[in-house]
Amino acid sequence: MTVLAPAILPPGGGVLARLSDLFWRRPSVLLAVLLGPPVLWLGVIYLGSLLALLAQSFFSIDEFSGLIQYEWTLKTYGELLHPANLDIILRTVLMAATVTLAAAVIAFPIAYYAARYARGRWKALFYLGIMLPLWSSYLVKVYAWKLILAKEGILNWIFAKLHMTWLLDAVLGIPVIGGNSLSVSYIGTFLVFLYVWLPFMILPVQAALERVPVSLLEASADQGGGPRQTFRHVTFPLALPGVIAGSIFTFSLTLGDYIIPQIVGSSRLFIGQAVYAHQGTAGNIPLAAAFTVVPIVIMGFYLWGAKRMGAFDAL
Amino acid sequence: MSRHYGDVRAVDSVDLEVGEGEFFALLGPSGSGKTTSLRLIAGFDQPTSGHIEIFGETAEGVPPYRRNVNTVFQDYALFPHMSVRDNVAYGLMIRGMGRKDRYLAAEDALEMVRLPGYGDRPPSALSGGQRQRVALARAIVNKPRVLLLDEPLGALDLKLREQMQEELKSLQQALDITFIFVTHDQGEALSMADRVAVFNQGRIRQIGSPEDIYQRPRSRFVADFVGSSNVLEPSFVKDLTGTGTWASLRPEAIRIGDEDGHPATVVSRSYTGAMNRIGLEIRGVRLTATVPADVPVPAVGASVTASWDAAALHVMGADA
Repeated sequence: MTVLAPAILPPGGGVLARLSDLFWRRPSVLLAVLLGPPVLWLGVIYLGSLLALLAQSFFSIDEFSGLIQYEWTLKTYGELLHPANLDIILRTVLMAATVTLAAAVIAFPIAYYAARYARGRWKALFYLGIMLPLWSSYLVKVYAWKLILAKEGILNWIFAKLHMTWLLDAVLGIPVIGGNSLSVSYIGTFLVFLYVWLPFMILPVQAALERVPVSLLEASADQGGGPRQTFRHVTFPLALPGVIAGSIFTFSLTLGDYIIPQIVGSSRLFIGQAVYAHQGTAGNIPLAAAFTVVPIVIMGFYLWGAKRMGAFDAL
Repeated sequence: MSRHYGDVRAVDSVDLEVGEGEFFALLGPSGSGKTTSLRLIAGFDQPTSGHIEIFGETAEGVPPYRRNVNTVFQDYALFPHMSVRDNVAYGLMIRGMGRKDRYLAAEDALEMVRLPGYGDRPPSALSGGQRQRVALARAIVNKPRVLLLDEPLGALDLKLREQMQEELKSLQQALDITFIFVTHDQGEALSMADRVAVFNQGRIRQIGSPEDIYQRPRSRFVADFVGSSNVLEPSFVKDLTGTGTWASLRPEAIRIGDEDGHPATVVSRSYTGAMNRIGLEIRGVRLTATVPADVPVPAVGASVTASWDAAALHVMGADA
């Protein structure tokens, strides 16, 4: 006679076995256990301190004593509207917008190649190429760029060897964005921003393109759509969520950065530097806080506009 | 024409001519080269060697967007970011037709596939069968001279598939354009096509009318693949007829219970609705017979006699 296995196995011994039984019966408990710590961290420590900072922006500083007056006021926000401070905001937003646009233009073909054609070893090489710069120190990269862009740097040398110094001089001669050398001009700041944030644009665009089935592109061609029409009506709209996701990275990272413009560029301030200066040496925490609100508000408008343009419809 | 991928001969010296207004089926198991052949005609793929002509015009080197050929894709390939109407009107928009005209044409096409009024919906709100119809409407709205269909009914359930088979057939007759239809379902190919090409391992094994293919298979593969025929080995055929060749015998040609038949043993039986399938063993050889469901079926293990008309035993070549 064969011994039949029991239809229901006895519960496993030990706390873990009973715990997994409990999690199976009540999935919400598991969810609470998994989500609790990160939500507490985000909610209390991260958002809490952010809110505390924002609250500071509604206080003001006494100009004579340099002490903070703990009274609700919009005076500090009024200070943001001083021409010098508005300059800072405008400069930063323009830089962030240019960097984002350029990053999207450069990232798209790279991401397209990686998503559509790269297979196996080439794909690994692509990921390595994109990720490798992220593994080295940000400061090292920025200082390396300062050397590359300096008057004695390799870029100048290459232009000189190619007898194209006139071209570089012409570019540097452009008012506002030019300067004495690339490393002290807005063009330099732009190039370094572009280099440092480019991976953050390539990866989401590549992920979005990866999700576009080849048959959709074939269907467009089948319907008579040439490469340009297929790109305009099919590829780009479907990749747009990726471009928007990438632009959120490049735009907000540029808005908040205070190291790159300090090392490479003209000495004029960006928002991040203004925040750094006001909360540190100047001790003007309210104005620093008001400055940090600016990128948050801009990003809010940016996301709202992107949503209205239908950037998230294809998600 | 041929198409090789490295050492893999996906399509190997296929020679095919499809007449105007014909409903032509490419039938074969997966990986037999039928879809690749379709892609060569559509222009998504280039032949490694050989020559393709569409209505007398050379098609090599011509990109798909310059071929007046439209495809219904296996996964339908509807644009997810466009409404059904914009999907159907896509080809017309590409050609620069105005919004009003192309929307009217799209609505006509939707009516033709019996989806009037669905224009505003996104493709994601449609069922599989409805998406299939939209894909069809998008293809026919351009009035192509050739319509290519890549297993268009593969993802539908049986009932819907049978309904769509009839609709496709009547649509083809109404439009009077050439349909080239890829399928691995022999029933589909036989019931819809004017002519069928049976593919295996990148080569065409037989081209002919559905009757030809079904009743007079030229090789073991065709007999086996089209309609699960009994394929009889030469030694067995020699016992029966005196000549040692391969032969095929349709399951429905076998009668059970005639007095002068071959002694046989019933080894299995299964009920398939309209028919009973009965597994027989005759002199150590397994055969399958199908009999109408209302005929009483002998029990498994019973000794019976099996017989068939001499003409039903179809002699054929030995190649795979």
